[in-house]
Amino acid sequence: MDVSRLERVGECAWRFAPQGAMRAPVVLYATRELLERMDDKVLEQASNVATLPGIVGASYAMPDAHWGYGFPIGGVAAFDPDEGVVSAGGVGFDISCGVRCLLTSLREEEVRARQKELADALFAKIPAGVGSTGRLRLSGREMDAMLAGGARWAVEKGHGDPRDLERVEERGSMAGAEPEHVSQKAKERQRDQVGTLGSGNHYLEVQKVAGISDAKTAGVFGLREGEVVVSIHCGSRGLGHQVGTDYLKEMLAEARERGIRLPERELACAPIASAVGRRYLGAMRAGMNCAMANRQVLTSLVRQVFAAVLPKARLELLYDVSHNTCKEELHEVAGTMRRLFVHRKGATRAFGPGHAELPEDLRPEGQPVLIGGSMGTSSWVLAGTAEGERLAFSSACHGAGRDMSRTEAARRWNGRDVLRDLEARGILIRSPSPRGIAEEAPGAYKDVSEVVEATERAGLARKVARLEPLVCVKG
Amino acid sequence: MVADPARVKPEQEVAIECSAHDHELLLLEWLDALIYEMATRRMLFSRFDVAIEEGRLRARAFGETVDVARHQPAVEVKGATCTELSVTRGEDGVWSAQCVVDV
Repeated sequence: MDVSRLERVGECAWRFAPQGAMRAPVVLYATRELLERMDDKVLEQASNVATLPGIVGASYAMPDAHWGYGFPIGGVAAFDPDEGVVSAGGVGFDISCGVRCLLTSLREEEVRARQKELADALFAKIPAGVGSTGRLRLSGREMDAMLAGGARWAVEKGHGDPRDLERVEERGSMAGAEPEHVSQKAKERQRDQVGTLGSGNHYLEVQKVAGISDAKTAGVFGLREGEVVVSIHCGSRGLGHQVGTDYLKEMLAEARERGIRLPERELACAPIASAVGRRYLGAMRAGMNCAMANRQVLTSLVRQVFAAVLPKARLELLYDVSHNTCKEELHEVAGTMRRLFVHRKGATRAFGPGHAELPEDLRPEGQPVLIGGSMGTSSWVLAGTAEGERLAFSSACHGAGRDMSRTEAARRWNGRDVLRDLEARGILIRSPSPRGIAEEAPGAYKDVSEVVEATERAGLARKVARLEPLVCVKG
Repeated sequence: MVADPARVKPEQEVAIECSAHDHELLLLEWLDALIYEMATRRMLFSRFDVAIEEGRLRARAFGETVDVARHQPAVEVKGATCTELSVTRGEDGVWSAQCVVDV
C-alpha cells in the first residue's frame, strides 16, 4: 500500500480523508511495515465501505487486514439503526466463525508423554475435512431449536456444562435469532454438519502456554506458563455459507431498488430498517447460534477424547469469540451513547475492563481476545482495552491473515514435507488432505506476532499470553 | 482447487436448473447451485452438459461421491461471490466466464 496517501494520526494509526462519495474517513491500524506489505485493495475496499449510508465514525481496518469480498477481511464498520445498512458481505460467508479456547490444567510434559496417542484420538473423533459429517442428524424441529438456542441448546442436549455458557459471547445464545428466515437449503446443508470442523483454515489445536506478557491478567484467565490449552477455530459450516449466499442476492436486488449506489456488487446491502435487512439480521443471528452450537458440540467431543487419553485433565472454557458478525451494541460517539450495528468481518470484539457484557470474574481485566495463528505458528490471547472503544468500537485483529494465495502455496510446498518439518519441531499434524496442508503451510501466512504487536501498539488490545502448538487437527 | 477433476469419475448424474436476469448473475446462480449439490450430496463433479436459453440454464452435472483417499479434496467451497465476476465474449466469439469463490 502507498503509505504517502495516508495521514499518520498515531504510532500505529493512519487516516485516509473522505473523498468522492465517501461519507466517513478510513482509519487503518498497523505499523508502517505491515501497511507497506498490505494490498492496495484494502484501502480501496475500506473506502468503498465508507460510502455506504449511515456509517458512523470511520471505516476501520485492523492490522491483519487483507483483500476480501466487498468489505476487506479485518474490516470494522458501524451503522446507525435508522439511516444505516446491514450487509451480508460485511459479515462474510462463514457467519460467526470464531475461536474457542479450553484450559486443561495439564503440564506440557504430561501431554508430550501421550502426544501421538492424543493426536490420533482427536483425529479419529473430530469430523474434519471435505465431505465429513457429524454424529448428530437434526430433524426440522431440532434444527430450529439449535438455531434459536445456540450453545445453550447444545448444553441442554448434554454437550457440555451450563458453566461453559458464562464464557461464551452472548452467554452462548444470540438473542433475536429467527430460524424461519433461514432457507430450507441452508438447513439442508447443515443437517449433519453440527459438530464438524470444516476445511480450509479451520483447525483444532492442542497448545502450550509458551510465554506470559501480563501475569495478573493471565492468572485471572487461568493461563499458566508450561500448561496446555485446546483451541478450536471454526464457524457456522454449510448453514452460514448458504445464508450468506441467499441474502447476498436478495440484497443486490434491494440495493438496486432503493437506489443505493454500490461501488462494487459484493457490497450489496439493505437498510437495517427494511424488511430484507430485518430478515437478514434474524437469519444471521441464527447462523451465529449455529456456530456457537458447533463449537460447543466439538468441545464435548474434545472432552471425551481427553477423558480417555489423559483422564486427569479438567477442560474448562476460557472464552469463545466470533470474528464474522454484525452485532447491535451501545457505543459512545461524541459523548453520546448510541445504538449501532457493528460489522466485524475478520475482526474480534474486544470489550475493555468493566464492560457489563463480560462475565463477572473476567470483567476487571477486559474481554479475552483469542487470536489464531496458522498451522505450526504461535497463537495469542489478548485482552480488550478501555481505549479500544474510542479507537474502533472495541474491536481488534483476528489472526495472521494470508500472505499468498492457496495456489501459490500449493506450488511452493509439498504437504508431506510440511508435515515432516513440523513433526521434527515437535508438532504433530493430522489431516485428511496433504494438499490442504500445503495450502495452509506456515509460510503462506503473515507473522501473527507482528500483527499482535501492532494491535497492542495501536491500543486495540493488549498481550496476555503466547501459545505454541503441540498437536493440530486440520480440516 | 477443490480436487483434480481427472480423478473424479463422471458416473452419477445430477440435473440442475437456474435462471437470472443477466449472464453474470446466471453464472453466480449456477455456481451456487453446484456448491449446494456438492455440499448436500457430498459429491464432486468433473463433467457438465449445459444449455442456456433466454436467461434459463439447464444442465446435467456428472460426478461421484467424495472419496477422501482417492480425491484428496483440499477445501470445500462456501459460496460464489460477486468479486471479479464477469462473463464476456471476445472478438473471436469465444466466451470467458470468471468468478471468485469463497473457500
